[in-house]
Amino acid sequence: MTRLMTAAWDWFDARMPSVAEEFRKHASEYYAPKNFNFWYFFGALSMIVLVIQIVSGIFLTMNYKPDAALAFGSVEYIMRDVPGGWIIRYIHSTGASAFFVVVYLHMFRGLLYGSYKQPRELVWIFGVLIYLTLMAEAFFGYLLPWGQMSYWGAQVIVNLFGTIPFIGPDLSLLIRGDYVVGDATLNRFFALHVIAIPLVLLGLVSAHILALHDVGSNNPDGVEIKKIKGPDGHPLDGIPFHPYYTVKDFAGAVIFMMIFCAIMFFVPEMGGYFIEYNNFVPANPLQTPAHIAPVWYFTPYYSILRAVPPLFNSQFPGVMAMGISTLILFFLPWLDRSPVKSIRYRGTLYKSALAIFVVTFLVLGYLGTEPVTVWGQSGAWLGHADRATVAARIFSVIYFLFFFLMPWYTAIDKTKPVPERVTM
Amino acid sequence: MKKLILALAFVPALVFASEGGYRLDHAPIVPTDQLSLQAGAKTFVNYCLNCHGAQFMRYNRLTDLGLTEAQIRDNLVLTDAKVGDTMKVALTAKDGKAMFGAAPPDLTVVGRSRGADWLYTYLRTFYRDEKSPTGWNNAAFPSVAMPHVLWTMQGERSLQVVEDEEHHGAAEYKWTQLTPGTQNEVQYDTTVRDLVNFLVYMGEPSAVNRKRLGVVALFFLGILFIFAYALKKEYWKDVH
Repeated sequence: MTRLMTAAWDWFDARMPSVAEEFRKHASEYYAPKNFNFWYFFGALSMIVLVIQIVSGIFLTMNYKPDAALAFGSVEYIMRDVPGGWIIRYIHSTGASAFFVVVYLHMFRGLLYGSYKQPRELVWIFGVLIYLTLMAEAFFGYLLPWGQMSYWGAQVIVNLFGTIPFIGPDLSLLIRGDYVVGDATLNRFFALHVIAIPLVLLGLVSAHILALHDVGSNNPDGVEIKKIKGPDGHPLDGIPFHPYYTVKDFAGAVIFMMIFCAIMFFVPEMGGYFIEYNNFVPANPLQTPAHIAPVWYFTPYYSILRAVPPLFNSQFPGVMAMGISTLILFFLPWLDRSPVKSIRYRGTLYKSALAIFVVTFLVLGYLGTEPVTVWGQSGAWLGHADRATVAARIFSVIYFLFFFLMPWYTAIDKTKPVPERVTM
Repeated sequence: MKKLILALAFVPALVFASEGGYRLDHAPIVPTDQLSLQAGAKTFVNYCLNCHGAQFMRYNRLTDLGLTEAQIRDNLVLTDAKVGDTMKVALTAKDGKAMFGAAPPDLTVVGRSRGADWLYTYLRTFYRDEKSPTGWNNAAFPSVAMPHVLWTMQGERSLQVVEDEEHHGAAEYKWTQLTPGTQNEVQYDTTVRDLVNFLVYMGEPSAVNRKRLGVVALFFLGILFIFAYALKKEYWKDVH
C-alpha cells in the first residue's frame, strides 16, 4: 500500500513538480520566527473560519430561496425539515461572528507588534482590504434571512449611500435595484454574497499570504529574523512553518472549535448579539422596528455615524466620518513614526494610546448596540442631550485622535533598545 | 454617586420591562418536560390555531413530544390537514385585518422573537377594558388587537394602575377578579406555562437535541485536544 502511494506520488511529482515546490516554499521551508505567542493564532484561525463559511454556505445555498416571498420560510425549512439543516445554519451564523472576532484579534495583534511597519506595508494593506470586503460580505449576507432586522438594517445602510452629494440617490437606487429594499435587492445581494464577494475575498487572502511570505513574518519582539542566518542559510531564530506551526495551530484550532461549538450548540443567538431576536419576525416594509441596531461587529462604526450631528439636514458628515474611520487604517504604516515595532520596546505614550483606543473601540461598539436613550438624558448644562450620544461623540473624537496624533506621539515616545535576537 | 447607584438599581427592571413598561415574570418552563409540552400543544391547537397559523411547523414533528403519528392525527389535527402538513389556518391575513384591525401573526417562531418571559406575562395579563374595541386590553402589550382567548379559564379581571409620582416610573398594578374562570390562579399559570413551553419548543424544535449533540461535540474535541497538545509538545521539545 505504502509502496503504491509512493509510486503514485512520484508519478505525479515528475509531471507537476510545482505542487511540492509550492508546499516547500509556503510550508515546510517557510521559516517563521520561533517566538510566536497567543496572538499569532488568529491568522490561521481566520483562514479556518473562511473555509467553514464557504463550506457551510454551499450547503445552505442548496435549500435557501432568494425570493422575498420564500426566503424567510426557506430558512425555517432549513432549521426544521432539512436533516442536519439547523447545524449548518448555526455553523454559518456563528461563523459570521467568529470571523469578525478572529479578524479583530488578528488586527489587534498587528497594532501590538507593529506588524504593518516597513517592510510589511503591503501585507497590512491587503489585510485592510480583506477586512472591508468581509464587511461587505457580512452586510449582503445579513439580508438573506429576510427578517425585520435584515430588512431594516439593509434599508438604513443603503440609505447611507443616498446621502452622498449629487450621486447619492442614484447610487442607492443602483444598489437596491428598486426604490425600496425588495425582491430585486434580495436577488442581487444573494448573488454578491455567494459568489462575487467570496471570489474577491479568496483573491485578497492569497495576496495577503503571498505578500507575507515574500517579506517573512513579524514576531512579538519585532526583530527581523532574516538578518541573522545560520550556516545552512536559514534564519537562526526561524523554524519551518510545517510541521512546527501546523501542529501548534492545530492544537489552537481545536480550542477555537470548542469555543465555537459551545456557542453554536448552547447559545447560538448569543443573547441576541449573533442572531437578533427581531430577525425572527419576517421582513415587513410597512412596519419600522422601534430600535434598529446592526450586528455587533459593525456597531463601533455605527456609533460614530450616529454621533456626528447632521449638517444642512444631511447625514453625510456622519457617513463620511464612518468612512474615514475605516479607511484611515490603510495609512497606519505611515502614521506610525516609531523606530521600533513591538509594544515590548515602545514607550508609555504608545502603550497608553493603544489601551485608550481599545477601550474606545469597545465602548463605541457597546453604544452602537443600544438606543441613544440607554443612559438617559444629561443635565441642563449639556442642553439635555442624550448621555449616550455625548459619550459616543467624545469616544469618536478619541478614536480619530488615536490615528491623527499618531505621527506625533510615536515620534516623541521613549523607546527601549531592541535585542538582536528574539526572546522566548 | 447616589444617583449612579440608583440608576444601576433600575438596570434589571429596564432590561426585563416590556414595551408597556410592565415588569415581565419569569416563565418557569422546562423544555424537556414532555407532558407539559403535550398539554401546551393541546391548548395551542384548540385556542391559538384558529386565527394564528404556524406555517413552518409540521404536525408530524410533534412526534418529538413522545406522541405517535396516529395520536397526533386523532387528537391534535383539528382541520382536514394531513399529518405531514404544516399548521396552516383558513383565516387569511386580509380577513384577520378586517376582523381585528391587525392580521394575527404566524406563531411558528414567536417563542424566539418574543421570548418565553414575554409570552408568559402577556398571556396572563389580559383585563377588561371598555374603551377597547374587543373589550379587552393587556398590561404587557397595551392596546393589543387580540381579545383574551383563554378568558373562560382565567375569568375576567380588571386592572388599576397606580402611578407612583414620588419614585418615578415604578407604577403599582392592582388586579381584581371580576368573574371566576374554570381554573384557579395556579391552574391557569400552569396552563400558560405549558403553552409557552410548547411555543418555545415550536420556535426551535431541535433545541433539546442541539444541546445533547453539543455535549458530544465538546467531549470529542476535548479528547482531540489532548492528542493535539501532545503532538505539539513532541514536535516542539527541541525548540529553545
